[in-house]
Amino acid sequence: MTKTHVTTTINGEVTEFLCEPGATLLAVLRNELQLTGTKEGCGTGDCGACSVTLNGRLVCSCLVLGVEAEGAEIGTVEGIGGIDKLHIIQEKFLEHAALQCGICTPGLIVSTKALLAENPEPTEKEARYYLAGNLCRCTGYDKIIRAVMDSAEAMRGDA
Amino acid sequence: MSEAREYKYIGRRTIRPDGFDKVTGRANYGADLSLPGMIWGKILRSPYAHAVIKSIDSSKAEAHPDVMAVVTYQDYPAVSSGGFEPGDGPTDLCDLARNILADDKALYHGHAIAAIAARTEAAAEEALSLIDIDYEVLPPVMDVADAMQPGSPVLHEDLFTKGLAEQPEKASNIATRMELKKGDIEAGFAAAEVIIERDFYTPTVHQGYIEPHATTVRYDEDGQSMIWCSTQGHFDVRASTAKLLSMDLGKLKVIASEIGGGFGGKTTVYLEPVALMLSKKSGRPVKMVMTRDEVFRASGPGSATRSTVKIGAKKDGTITAMQAKLCFEAGAFKGSPMGPGCMTVFTPYDVENIYIEGYDVVVNKPKVAAYRAPGAPQAEFAAEMVINELADELNIDPIELRLQNAAKEGTQTVYGPKLKAVGLVECLEAAKNSPHYKQALAENQGRGLAAGFWFNIGGQSSVIINMNPDGTGTIVEGNPDIGGSRASMQLMAAEELGIDVSKLNPIVADTEHVPYSATTGGSRTTFATGMAVIEAAQDVVRQMKERAAAVWNVTVEQVDWSDGVAINTAGEDRLTAAEICQGADRTGGQISGRGNINARGAGPSFAVHLCDVEVDMETGKTAVVRYTAIQDAGKAIHPGYVEGQYQGGAVQGIGWALNEEYIYNEDGVMENAGFLDYRIPLASDLPMIDTIIVEVPNAFHPFGVRGVGETGIVPPLAAVATAVSDAIGVRMTNLPCSPPRVLKAIQDTA
Amino acid sequence: MVSVVYEAPASVQDAVALLSGAEITATVLAGGTDLIIQMQGLVNESRLLVDLKKIPAMMEATLDAEGLQLGPCMSCAELTSREDIKSVYPGLIEAAYLIGSTQIQGRASVGGNLCNSSPAADTVPALIVNNAQCVIVGPSGERSIQVEDFATGVGQNCLEKGELLSLIRIPLPAANTSDAYLRFIPRTEMDIAVAGAAVSITLDDDGICTAARVSIGAVAPTVLVVAKAAEVLLGTKVDVQALQAVAEAASKASSPITDRRGTDEYRRHVVGVLAKRAAAIAAERVRGIQS
Repeated sequence: MTKTHVTTTINGEVTEFLCEPGATLLAVLRNELQLTGTKEGCGTGDCGACSVTLNGRLVCSCLVLGVEAEGAEIGTVEGIGGIDKLHIIQEKFLEHAALQCGICTPGLIVSTKALLAENPEPTEKEARYYLAGNLCRCTGYDKIIRAVMDSAEAMRGDA
Repeated sequence: MSEAREYKYIGRRTIRPDGFDKVTGRANYGADLSLPGMIWGKILRSPYAHAVIKSIDSSKAEAHPDVMAVVTYQDYPAVSSGGFEPGDGPTDLCDLARNILADDKALYHGHAIAAIAARTEAAAEEALSLIDIDYEVLPPVMDVADAMQPGSPVLHEDLFTKGLAEQPEKASNIATRMELKKGDIEAGFAAAEVIIERDFYTPTVHQGYIEPHATTVRYDEDGQSMIWCSTQGHFDVRASTAKLLSMDLGKLKVIASEIGGGFGGKTTVYLEPVALMLSKKSGRPVKMVMTRDEVFRASGPGSATRSTVKIGAKKDGTITAMQAKLCFEAGAFKGSPMGPGCMTVFTPYDVENIYIEGYDVVVNKPKVAAYRAPGAPQAEFAAEMVINELADELNIDPIELRLQNAAKEGTQTVYGPKLKAVGLVECLEAAKNSPHYKQALAENQGRGLAAGFWFNIGGQSSVIINMNPDGTGTIVEGNPDIGGSRASMQLMAAEELGIDVSKLNPIVADTEHVPYSATTGGSRTTFATGMAVIEAAQDVVRQMKERAAAVWNVTVEQVDWSDGVAINTAGEDRLTAAEICQGADRTGGQISGRGNINARGAGPSFAVHLCDVEVDMETGKTAVVRYTAIQDAGKAIHPGYVEGQYQGGAVQGIGWALNEEYIYNEDGVMENAGFLDYRIPLASDLPMIDTIIVEVPNAFHPFGVRGVGETGIVPPLAAVATAVSDAIGVRMTNLPCSPPRVLKAIQDTA
Repeated sequence: MVSVVYEAPASVQDAVALLSGAEITATVLAGGTDLIIQMQGLVNESRLLVDLKKIPAMMEATLDAEGLQLGPCMSCAELTSREDIKSVYPGLIEAAYLIGSTQIQGRASVGGNLCNSSPAADTVPALIVNNAQCVIVGPSGERSIQVEDFATGVGQNCLEKGELLSLIRIPLPAANTSDAYLRFIPRTEMDIAVAGAAVSITLDDDGICTAARVSIGAVAPTVLVVAKAAEVLLGTKVDVQALQAVAEAASKASSPITDRRGTDEYRRHVVGVLAKRAAAIAAERVRGIQS
């Protein structure tokens, strides 16, 4: 199978890769680029563990082809928070014990960041619906929603 | 507990030590490891629920240029049937082998038949279609009631019911019949003024962990083979895999990756022995990752059950007799959690006359695995529904009826021991006094309450605390951390050592670097591994005191240890832990404490849940509008993660009660093998889950800890179903209370 | 897995040329939220994927005196953020908002929803009650067809080889008209519709219904237009009796199947409930405009 050369920007860095045209962006991120922070829970867009942003829009990377990344801007969990300073959302998830096993956490961090960029002051209901595509089986969502609401407040305070 | 101890660390909501890696995506899970030269393995699965495998021809697949190995059941050394305890309970090695790769029969749709390793994942998948299998299709048996019928197709010609008075002559699908009794059941019902008897059904459900099973392995003919995998118990992966491949334990290293959820479903092996055999045959490292479809069809779900519960009481509310018949589906091989189901069903009640019979029955579904308090949710659902009906019938408040009959210290259980101090009464009182219980209901709303019990277990745990030359410590444990347990280990070690949590780093070691530790399951880790941590910390303190005594030239008895500092009671001298560690080279070498234990005295945890729902009377759709989970933790080491266990258990139970079920077609093929149609709760489906932590200390743990992980899934089934029943005025006895079922119940009474 | 050839043409003409000249099975790639899942099930096949998202006209939406000209590949996330469109076609935007999760909406499009041709497609009943039209371009030129005639069966539609859906045209609603879409799912999000119903209603100054359209989804091989359900609204004030008649007509028109998402009996009942409730909401919206 012939591979296609793709030039894209991931977390602000220009990145090139070769991929089979049928390969998903998720497979490319994980297997070609070793960006394993993006997780695979279902491969069918039903769990949100593979959430990334594509040109600023929240998407499931399992439902995007790697070749579609040509010329695009991709944002993954690896681009959120630095070595010396976590993003407020990451800090709040830890503070509120909003993760147990942690497999859904990267997807939720990416989605929460997208939520708060679109809607800095979500109601609890808005947050719950925006994040409905991010399945968590451990927490019952209570602490996640608390972390999200607290992040929103802290980020508004920062601004 | 004798006197209340003032804690410095325990009870604090610290940031978990593995948290940074988990919020940044750096933590490595089962599918995150790749090795040089690695190839990919895939499994060919049965398209039939029940079929004889007449022949397997893999020659075309083997000729494929990218294929590097093909494995079937025939590649493994012969195993004999017999008891073997690798993980959550006894496993028949022969069954384990035949579940990993089918022998002469496919016993469920999705049953593994053969495996291929190829250069790419796509090539492996493509080559599966090149394997020719000749099947003779047999009728499937998909329901426990059908499977128990005398004329039913039989899955295993060598399965004869155990537990009958006489050894049966004919093979059947009933693996075991079990009986538990106490008092005189007939006299108990004769003394009753009200008797209620109902039949119940619960469907096959899945744990629904978000991370699929995944492993990367490397077989090495000469030295040390390696398995990296997502598991609740890597020592048990080692035991099972070594047995199946006939290897010495010492030749197989298993590394537990970070684990993306398990809930009991990752207490056995599926991929690991297959991947290792593929690696052995190909000479290459092999990676295997299940798809979500495979997880649903071919890992171990929770048992479907049919049960009958009969309870008799006097008009004043005294329960005189409790009787249950519990039939559990085991899936394709024997070994459902029928036993714990029988043992837990009536344990919240102190009743004189009890009779329970249980059946473990095979059907053409995947072999069940543990699922959070295995057996208890299904069994106690039935019991709690009848208790609630009894409360209505007697016109007694359901909390009062429970208080009147509640199990407490000294209650004789039906399965053996008398209960020590337990917190059921305290949980019921907390429910009664909660704002939730006092809130009025709106139109089309209903309320349900239920109690729940789970034993919790102890078992073997091993911990090493290595003190570093700068006075920091590494806590080396052997229990995969599935929900924040490293934070608890850190807190308990800090408390015992008097060293700040920031100076103590807990790690989950592989099978080479810490002695055997039983699987993370049975709500045992914070209790048992916590005890091992405490013992290891005490060992460290003892050595620190010895070193200080040697420096000061006093006896060890003259040295006190307080807040991480050695104190010379015979003088003014002080030595901090850091100072002792820094000077360890001059006082006898480095300091390392050990705690290798087999913990006894796990304290049972009781819970009481309150649930309010609102039902759309025209569509039968239910929304949970308020929920409170109350549970005895003994002592909450990290309250944030204790609450998390309560909330997570409650929501899994809500899913089980409302929407989750395996849906099969008439050929025994699961029709909803994905998160689209196997509907686990979403963030938008739920309200906040309120929690109340009750603390009745467990006398057998130094800090009073009880396991908390499992009990939380026991009450919700009955709490939710009772709330729905209350809202619609019809008793729901079959789960899930899905919209079509609820609407039908409404219409049938209209 | 399938062997894929990927093309992202810059114009509709180029796309048509690629589709009509293909020697292997050619498929349009819009948001990919159905297509990429469908491709997972294929073994040893080849596909030409023609990605239309690099064609500017496919990604735009214009609202003017003619109505809405909707580029079929515009993501639902972008469409539902357009307040101008929402104020004119609230029911259509509701339907687009209901498709999948936030993540799915980031990719899924109304055109994709139409071309996937599932009877459970959420936007289709809403398009139908708004008299939407499909503009189809192919090797032999351009043609138009009403949305209700587009799908011909489960997963099947009237597109011929080489043709693609190039535009969705939705006329401006008449004065004193509004719409609503409701669907039933077991959870609150993420599920595929068990049944769906869209209603458009026009009321005169006395609150009397002078025109209506009712369309129901997931209860037949294709989305249905229920003329009878619209008829029973005419001349009424959309009162309880009229709404009950709508429910009965919708239920009667349905011919659902039993599957993992619901029984035929349940779907038949619920589609009536949805039609009734959607009609009530649409009428309330008109009263809101009038007051």
